[in-house]
Amino acid sequence: MTDNTATLRSTLPRSTKSGGWLSSLLMRFEALRGYLLLSPTLLIMIIGICVPLFILVGMSLWTQHGFEFDKSLTLANYFNVAEQPIYKALLARSILISGGCALATVILSYPMAYFVAFHVHRHKMVWIILMTLPFWTSYLLRVFSWKIILGYNGVINSGLIGMGLIDQPLEFLLYSPLAVVITLTHAWSAFAILPIYVSLEKIDRSLLEAATDLGDGPVRRFFRITFPMSLPGVIAAALIIFIPTVGDYITPTLLGGPDGIMLANLISAQFGKVNDWPMGAALAIALMVTVALFSVVFVIISRKVTERIT
Amino acid sequence: MSMSYINRPNRPLHVYALLYLAFLYVPVLFLPLFSFNDSIFIAFPLKEFTFKWYEVMFNNEPMLAALANSVKVGVVTSIVATFLGIFAAKAVTRYRMPGRGPVVAFIMLPLVIPGIIFGVSLLILLSELGVRLSLYTVTLGHIIVCVPFAMVTMIPRFEGFDASIEEASSDLGENMWWTFWRVTFPVVFPGIIASFLLCFTISFDEFIIAFFLSGTEPTLPIYMWSQLRFPDKLPGVLALGSIILMVSFVVVFAAHWIRNRGMPYKRVGGV
Repeated sequence: MTDNTATLRSTLPRSTKSGGWLSSLLMRFEALRGYLLLSPTLLIMIIGICVPLFILVGMSLWTQHGFEFDKSLTLANYFNVAEQPIYKALLARSILISGGCALATVILSYPMAYFVAFHVHRHKMVWIILMTLPFWTSYLLRVFSWKIILGYNGVINSGLIGMGLIDQPLEFLLYSPLAVVITLTHAWSAFAILPIYVSLEKIDRSLLEAATDLGDGPVRRFFRITFPMSLPGVIAAALIIFIPTVGDYITPTLLGGPDGIMLANLISAQFGKVNDWPMGAALAIALMVTVALFSVVFVIISRKVTERIT
Repeated sequence: MSMSYINRPNRPLHVYALLYLAFLYVPVLFLPLFSFNDSIFIAFPLKEFTFKWYEVMFNNEPMLAALANSVKVGVVTSIVATFLGIFAAKAVTRYRMPGRGPVVAFIMLPLVIPGIIFGVSLLILLSELGVRLSLYTVTLGHIIVCVPFAMVTMIPRFEGFDASIEEASSDLGENMWWTFWRVTFPVVFPGIIASFLLCFTISFDEFIIAFFLSGTEPTLPIYMWSQLRFPDKLPGVLALGSIILMVSFVVVFAAHWIRNRGMPYKRVGGV
């Protein structure tokens, strides 16, 4: 045994040396073939992602003069974003609404994911398809359906009046930040369920048995094993919802009203009615950077928390 | 079922699950409900049952044109995105490549960047290049968004089959092209169909990028958006929406079914 390893060790450097040159060429050849096959996709994605983002940054440094761009580089737009209270207020509101929506979605979806992971034993696939199916139907229509429900003459108001419970329609339902949060929570729930479900499904069941055998009750077992081990899925779910909803434009327009307008509305206005493209570009970048910062801070904090409790 | 003492049936949780499904489905089901209601107002109590909004819809030329536009964009998007997805999935599963992780992460970027950022930045790029906005520009935007989905759908297919079958084929004298068509293609075919259907659904439904990149010809979501402002147009939109809901339910169910057929593991999670 020791003899063998000794001979192995003595032959090893030479063999990797002679074979290394050949295999590294092969490796390079193989990698080259791989990248060749990947190149059409990569090229399209570079044209579609890197180039536009680069130009977006460039344009944010220009200024609009009437219908012309002043192409001298300046940070004026960014100073504008930092100084004008409306931009900061809308940015803060976008973050709050999306954060609230991410929180609500995760809290509502967790028990559901838990149910399918631990209490459904047959036809799991059917449950998963049932939970994700609405996600594939028209987003616009799903958002619009909440306007039907919460509207002034909507399902809730006309229903309550019909039952004689109220005389006047409840006005706070539609056109409020709350309406936006409810609608986004409904529209994005499928995105939360899947990552949480996967992280729960991966938990080794024998750990739970061990905890039970060692005298942990169901509640203790949940908080000591199941919940900490599912945290990666919870964090992923929160981010998957937080990031795209910050940029949502349909929901605040249809259901937000003046108090529920988000930064995305303002960005799209810069490219439409207001016609100040460089300002719109600066706002888009401000939005993207803020989202990235919040996401990074969130990930760091939740990592710390995960380490603490596992 | 040695686990059963841990996973005792939990009645409150079961009730919660059913309530949750209701929360998911009931709002959506109001669309078909009111599309059969003989009243221009979308409110309770319901009036007579009617098919007239469906008649109105089928006689609405601009709406049908928008539908045709969306189908065109969706078909081209899903074909191109699926092909790009096949190339990418084959490359990252079959070859040892340095930098594989970052490359895959880069292709997945559209999943984590808000759509409005994409729409706006592509709009700026196209206008700086002097490209006129049209259905082609919408298609370009949709391809970029769909490629990650196509790749994610195709990767398990390539991971699931033995590369030595391909090697055997080339050892027996088939060139790369014929190996692909006669060996690889039939094996990954269900993945291709699933990817095609998912990409079509995404493109067909996409609003924000189309909002910034469409010219004078609207796609269906853009057309519906323009109609939502007019209360008298709403029932017609509801009728159309109900049909779209039904078709997309069927398509997505078919995609799931096809994708899971003949996979090495039958159930998600493999338990």
